Amino acid sequence: MAPIVSVSNLSKTYKGGFQALKGVSLDIEEGEILALLGPNGAGKTTMISIICGLVNPTGGQVLVGGFDVVKDFRQTRSMIGLVPQELTTDAFETVWNTVSFTRGLHGKKADPKHIEKVLRDLSLYDKKDNMLRELSGGMKRRVLIAKALSHEPKILFLDEPTAGVDVNLRKDMWRVVEDLRASGVTIILTTHYIEEAEEIADRIGVINGGNILLVEDKAALMAKLGKKELRIDVSEPLTAVPDALAPYRLKLENNGTSLVYQYDTKGERTGITALLADLAETGIKLRDISTHQSSLEDIFVELVEARS
Amino acid sequence: MNFEAVKAIYLFEMARTRRTLLQSVVSPVISTSLYFIVFGAAIGSRIQEVEGVSYGAFITPGLIMLTLLTQCVGNGSFGIYFPKFTGTIYEILSAPVSMVEIVLGYVGAAATKGMMVGLIILATAALFVDLSIAHPAMMLLFFVLTAITFSLFGFIIGIWAGNFEQLNLIPMLVIPPLTFLGGSFYSVNMLSPFWQTVSHFNPVLYLVSGFRWSFFEIADVNPIISLFMVGLFLLICLGVVAYIFRTGYKLKN
Repeated sequence: MAPIVSVSNLSKTYKGGFQALKGVSLDIEEGEILALLGPNGAGKTTMISIICGLVNPTGGQVLVGGFDVVKDFRQTRSMIGLVPQELTTDAFETVWNTVSFTRGLHGKKADPKHIEKVLRDLSLYDKKDNMLRELSGGMKRRVLIAKALSHEPKILFLDEPTAGVDVNLRKDMWRVVEDLRASGVTIILTTHYIEEAEEIADRIGVINGGNILLVEDKAALMAKLGKKELRIDVSEPLTAVPDALAPYRLKLENNGTSLVYQYDTKGERTGITALLADLAETGIKLRDISTHQSSLEDIFVELVEARS
Repeated sequence: MNFEAVKAIYLFEMARTRRTLLQSVVSPVISTSLYFIVFGAAIGSRIQEVEGVSYGAFITPGLIMLTLLTQCVGNGSFGIYFPKFTGTIYEILSAPVSMVEIVLGYVGAAATKGMMVGLIILATAALFVDLSIAHPAMMLLFFVLTAITFSLFGFIIGIWAGNFEQLNLIPMLVIPPLTFLGGSFYSVNMLSPFWQTVSHFNPVLYLVSGFRWSFFEIADVNPIISLFMVGLFLLICLGVVAYIFRTGYKLKN
């Protein structure tokens, strides 16, 4: 099946000469949740802005549903809902009016039932007659999401949706995201909260310095780059790693009470059996053994550091 | 054509007028009434008729034009500047709307508001002076064309302006002198030949003259030329808006 969003060789140089994107290519499949991870200034927002029509690209092309985002902007933008990073709302409009306004902008006839459903899903319905300036930051974030959903988009962009958001809203939001995914909506989100990407995304893209470093299935990514650590706590503190254990390159931590062994879960042999056997020969008494799988965060930090 | 979007923008802007009724409607009515009291009743009673029309009636078309220009430029510029200022412009730019629809929505609303206030001023004037309109159709044509042209002009200012000072610069510093010196309160025929020539470089002269002609059949310039000039300004503004549309000037990076 053709990807719903196809970014090819996209580049953007801003007026001051800053190159935000350096020939990025990326295919997004219909119905998936793609998380874009990257530090500030990586180019995430620029890419989203080009796809949504807020920024003109310098080079390359973006197709949404087979349509070009510049030439066929009417088709592409009607499919897209955007929740921007900044909390930008009018001050004096009511919640109901501002959400209905967005629907109108997207060329859809008024549909109070749909607006009501969106507001209820986001726990906003009892605030529908409030002016926007009376709302808290979290409530404004909900309003922005409601606006993006007001016109029933096929693709939803969430740019840092959970920045400064409390637990309740996060729960509401992920529930809405789950429902949307179930109804076939494609979701692209950017985040620094790696646990979030880990929790809800199907695929993860890592972007840094205007380049996409990788896009992978989340599970595959974790397996491919995942390292495990075996932590051995000993009863008596050690001053140095015994010579007999030198081949294992152990690290001594916690004032000599922990030996840490790093191994690759994908390797032919993990070396654990041999290590434990050699360890027994040294006569060191063990208190505890634990293993730790590296998280997406570790992977991410490793990737970004390696390439920069 | 995305008519729902035009409607959404238009109604959004009109809702803003309702919220700011005092500032939008009442304040221009009060300030214009003051002009009538001062120039029409207090001073005007001591001024002889101008080209066969009582002074109070003579200044009415000019006052309506002054209000119409100020209102249209003000509303047109503010309407598009404010979303730029708050950042909500992202919504308009990421919606499936072309510049044509954006302009129709914002300029349509600005022109509507300007004309509403203009008509209220006309009604207010009728309380103070005897008014007759010789050519209602022409009067309406001048009225509508001017409202659209200057709302467009305001829209351009709103897109160009980078801060509130720039936003107010033209409405405050350019429009009033041009209107006052464009024969709103006098006939340019009263001036010396040199200043008459200078006055002909003032675009507002053509608006006021043509508009006044449609009331009293007296004009500083031929009404056909006036109409031509209004049409010309309209085309210039449309051209600039088309340029903004093509390049995304000051709207997109």
